[in-house]
Amino acid sequence: MTASPRGPSRPALLLFAVGVAILLVPICNRLVPEDSAFHLEDRFVPLFGKYLAYAVLAVSLDLVWGRAGILSLGHGAFFALGGYAMGMYLMRQIGPRGVYAHPILPDFMVFLNWQELPWYWYGFDRFWFAMFMVVVVPGTLAFLFGWLAFRSRVSGVYLSIITQALTFALMLAFFRNEMGFGGNNGLTDFKDILGFPIASPDTRLALYLATGALLLLALAVAIQLRRAPLGRLLVAIRDGEARARFLGHDTLRAKLFVWTLSAVLAGLAGALYVPQVGIINPSEFSPAASIEIAIWVAVGGRDTVLGPVLGALLVNGMKTWLTGTLPELWLFVLGGLFVLVTLAFPGGLAGIAGTFAHRIGRTPRPGTAGLAPSPAEVARG
Amino acid sequence: MAEHAPAAGRLLDPHILLYLDGVTVSFDGFKALDSLSLVLEEGELRTVIGPNGAGKTTMMDVITGKTRPDAGVVLFKGGVDLLRLDETGIARLGIGRKFQRPAVFDRLTVQENLELATQGGWSVRRLIAGRLDAQSAERIEHTLETIGLAELRHEEAGRLAHGQRQWLEIGMLLVQQPRLVLLDEPVAGMSDAETAKTAELILRLKGRHTILVVEHDMHFVRTLGAKVTVLHEGKVLAEGPVEAIQSDPAVVEVYLGRS
Ligand SMILES: Nc1ncnc2c1ncn2[C@@H]1O[C@H](COP(=O)(O)OP(=O)(O)OP(=O)(O)O)[C@@H](O)[C@H]1O
Ligand SMILES: [Mg+2]
Repeated sequence: MTASPRGPSRPALLLFAVGVAILLVPICNRLVPEDSAFHLEDRFVPLFGKYLAYAVLAVSLDLVWGRAGILSLGHGAFFALGGYAMGMYLMRQIGPRGVYAHPILPDFMVFLNWQELPWYWYGFDRFWFAMFMVVVVPGTLAFLFGWLAFRSRVSGVYLSIITQALTFALMLAFFRNEMGFGGNNGLTDFKDILGFPIASPDTRLALYLATGALLLLALAVAIQLRRAPLGRLLVAIRDGEARARFLGHDTLRAKLFVWTLSAVLAGLAGALYVPQVGIINPSEFSPAASIEIAIWVAVGGRDTVLGPVLGALLVNGMKTWLTGTLPELWLFVLGGLFVLVTLAFPGGLAGIAGTFAHRIGRTPRPGTAGLAPSPAEVARG
Repeated sequence: MAEHAPAAGRLLDPHILLYLDGVTVSFDGFKALDSLSLVLEEGELRTVIGPNGAGKTTMMDVITGKTRPDAGVVLFKGGVDLLRLDETGIARLGIGRKFQRPAVFDRLTVQENLELATQGGWSVRRLIAGRLDAQSAERIEHTLETIGLAELRHEEAGRLAHGQRQWLEIGMLLVQQPRLVLLDEPVAGMSDAETAKTAELILRLKGRHTILVVEHDMHFVRTLGAKVTVLHEGKVLAEGPVEAIQSDPAVVEVYLGRS
């Protein structure tokens, strides 16, 4: 394409920089001597792994919200479904080592007096099958939901509301013991993954690196998508779908594609999140959890490559710190941050950085500065 | 719907591109179009004038399938009944329309806007991995020259001046190689210099495309020097060369006398 005035090496450089940043955790954990101030203790590795999973989730939401203007407030559902699929595999790996020592049934089923494994738990003892379901379950749900919603031309705030309804309905369903997913407590007490003890420092570091690799993959997908004609079409759909349709574009298919792709990425993030935090329960489906994801993206900067990653890291870093020191303050800070960003910095962190870089004359164009829609447009989705 | 016998006869004439007869559109009893008839020849440049509310935009809505008439015949070259097609079907026939309000994509560059306009109908797979074929690339290049925006190709459309945005939108129509171009008030809000350039642009397109221009600006209409149709209260009041129209007493009374 002749349209990009920037050199082709820019995305490669960006991915390289992110890759180096990801490697800081293993370096500080393994190579930096234990008495150094830069040494990272083993117990922090899964915390950073969790942040990276959230970063992937934020990138996935930005694909639909920042780029295509589809504000999903239910992306937590796809994340949680991927997480549950992984959790089911981890449960079955426990085998007879559970409290009730049943050879096949997970503890919660024995507790409920169930005699045999429900059919939908079949196959989850195999890793490949579980990974298949990690992709297929969120992908299929997103495809069907998107097809119904986009075909009826549901958009803007109405779409946001039905995505909230979707995740809320799933939360209520997963709370029920009869559903067979551990009810309230969810799935936990995992022992090992692919034969490796799940809590060992080596396994945790490997899981961290796998999440880092997934983040690089998600970013590569996001970059590629923006450069392709589809990326332009999504911007056109965001800013004037009727007009894009008038140019002869099948906007339904374009939206459905990016929506499903985004849900699959969210599901993969959930699958890597679960072994690192050691639990998956219905709270991941809560409407508030999904709203938080949108806040990460807004804070980081919509429709930017790195913005969602920065937003997810910053907001979750603050959350870890504040819920440890002043837990009652956290929700106010989160709400305040969202209001501040929407009103004062609609471009988010990336927007601020872009404006700054532009001021000091390093980039020819302000890039993302002021790119984000106004709060009114946010409401419309 | 009234089938007019002469329609088929007229359409045997291969020079006719668009044929409207007896087209009536009512909004709650008020007739926005009242038995309107209009014939456009292939390659013709036609201007349509008329006071506010005369039904000019409504006529374009009927041609493009946005509004269904209560009565009348609307046929395209070869006898294609436009009333049987939806908006997409009509657009695919090669009828391109520029709306009164400019609708370019502000966040995309000039070139990206034009590319997007040529990619209609591409599959998702092609939109991800495909490239523009040489022919389309050349057409875009050519159009950039025609609309005078070649130097601004990498500029975001949102940063263009009002007139440039209008030209870009005309360019987005042109790359689709339409057989009929409908322009609704293309010079509204333009400076005199921009208006003059727009007239030049349209005159350059004359002969290559069939063009129907709706405009209020009489100076602009005179510059185009094409055949003029005067609409008034949903009907054709007069039709003919600009000079004849300007001296027509009926036209002077309803329209020219007021502006
Ligand atoms: N959807 C609608 N519902 C009701 N009335 C309408 C509708 N669309 C147009 N009209 C009316 O039909 C009449 C013709 O409108 P139209 O927009 O075609 O006029 P016009 O010639 O384009 O005027 P202008 O020069 O102001 O653009 C007007 O009186 C208008 O109010
Ligand atoms: Mg009008």
